[in-house]
Amino acid sequence: MATITGAIMSSHVPSIGGAIAKGLQQDPYWKPFFDGFPPAHAWLAKAKPDVAVVFYNDHGLNFFLDKLPTFAVGAAPEYRNADEGWGIPTVRPFNGDPALSWHLIDSLVADEFDITMCQEMLVDHALTLPMALLWPGGGEWPVRIVPIAMNHVQYPLPSPRRSYHLGQAVGRAIEAWDEDARVVVLGTGGLSHQLDGPRAGFINKAFDLMCMDAIVDDPGRLARLSMLELVREAGAQGTELMTWVAARGALTGSVSKIHSNYHIPISNTAAALMVLENRAPPAARVLAA
Amino acid sequence: MTSDAGKHDIPGTTLFDGAQARKGYALNKMCYSFNSAANREAFVRDEDAYCARYGLTEAQRAAVRGRNVLELIAAGGNIYYLAKLAGILHLDVQDIGAQQTGMSKDDFKAMLVAAGR
Repeated sequence: MATITGAIMSSHVPSIGGAIAKGLQQDPYWKPFFDGFPPAHAWLAKAKPDVAVVFYNDHGLNFFLDKLPTFAVGAAPEYRNADEGWGIPTVRPFNGDPALSWHLIDSLVADEFDITMCQEMLVDHALTLPMALLWPGGGEWPVRIVPIAMNHVQYPLPSPRRSYHLGQAVGRAIEAWDEDARVVVLGTGGLSHQLDGPRAGFINKAFDLMCMDAIVDDPGRLARLSMLELVREAGAQGTELMTWVAARGALTGSVSKIHSNYHIPISNTAAALMVLENRAPPAARVLAA
Repeated sequence: MTSDAGKHDIPGTTLFDGAQARKGYALNKMCYSFNSAANREAFVRDEDAYCARYGLTEAQRAAVRGRNVLELIAAGGNIYYLAKLAGILHLDVQDIGAQQTGMSKDDFKAMLVAAGR
């Protein structure tokens, strides 16, 4: 059976792509952000995942308003990045894991999540940048991916509670997958930021720090927020926190925080990183033994 | 139950609900086309003709002409698509933030830094 090793949550601010391309990791502006990642690399080296299931939100690369799914699961053998219009370099293609994708799709629909299935899917900076941050240096990506896109463009957005439940359903499905694979779950986006309107530049450090605590021990607190509370506290684009909540939902065992980093600002955003380890509960370990 | 996105008291914030999406469809569709370099070049070559091709309303065309982000949002623009237009105009998110808040870019950036203290 597949094992969920843990979850990593990371911001995906577009300008990170430019900073990587220009080698600015040690530049004073960028250093506090990039210095957060070596502990995540060390954890990944131990966790040795084969697959990453990635909760993220598309910003108008693959999906437009003509057909905009609330939740979309990738089922492609390969995923490509492409021109998003404002010039960050594209990254090399990712290998998919169609067997896991279809297992997730079957499980989710059986679980009454009416997701959209995508055998072709471009992946935007929200997926590519966290991948490049977690596995830097080029070459083949060491993991296959299954992208799960969540609508954070067009209201009504899926509720925090629904997003958490989606993550829980994904976690159950992964653990029921009859393959000896190690899976890491990623949630990308946030934390607090607002790009549009007279409230542009809004950042809420106190709320972000509360979220970074709650995501470890009390994710239900975040799942109980209303979308308007979330916009008020996290900013209009801070709703991306729901990708974190979905990723946390997928952790079914006992969860411990391995590492976190938080830095203001990267571009207009409070940037954050968290590494959570997932251990099967004692009963499950006995059953598995 | 209908969406409550249009009825809220969060200051300085327009949520992109169904009403906005209907109003802004042509504008957003044009901006989505800017994922293609050839389309970005066509816009730069003849901005008015490009806007006309996508059927932008007068208000949308005026907002594009004026590079006015608040007017673009009022005309139904969604920030993620508008960002592609901003890219053509060489405006980054701090330029856009400064314009929308009526601050200088330096003051806007200082406000972001101050949020970390």
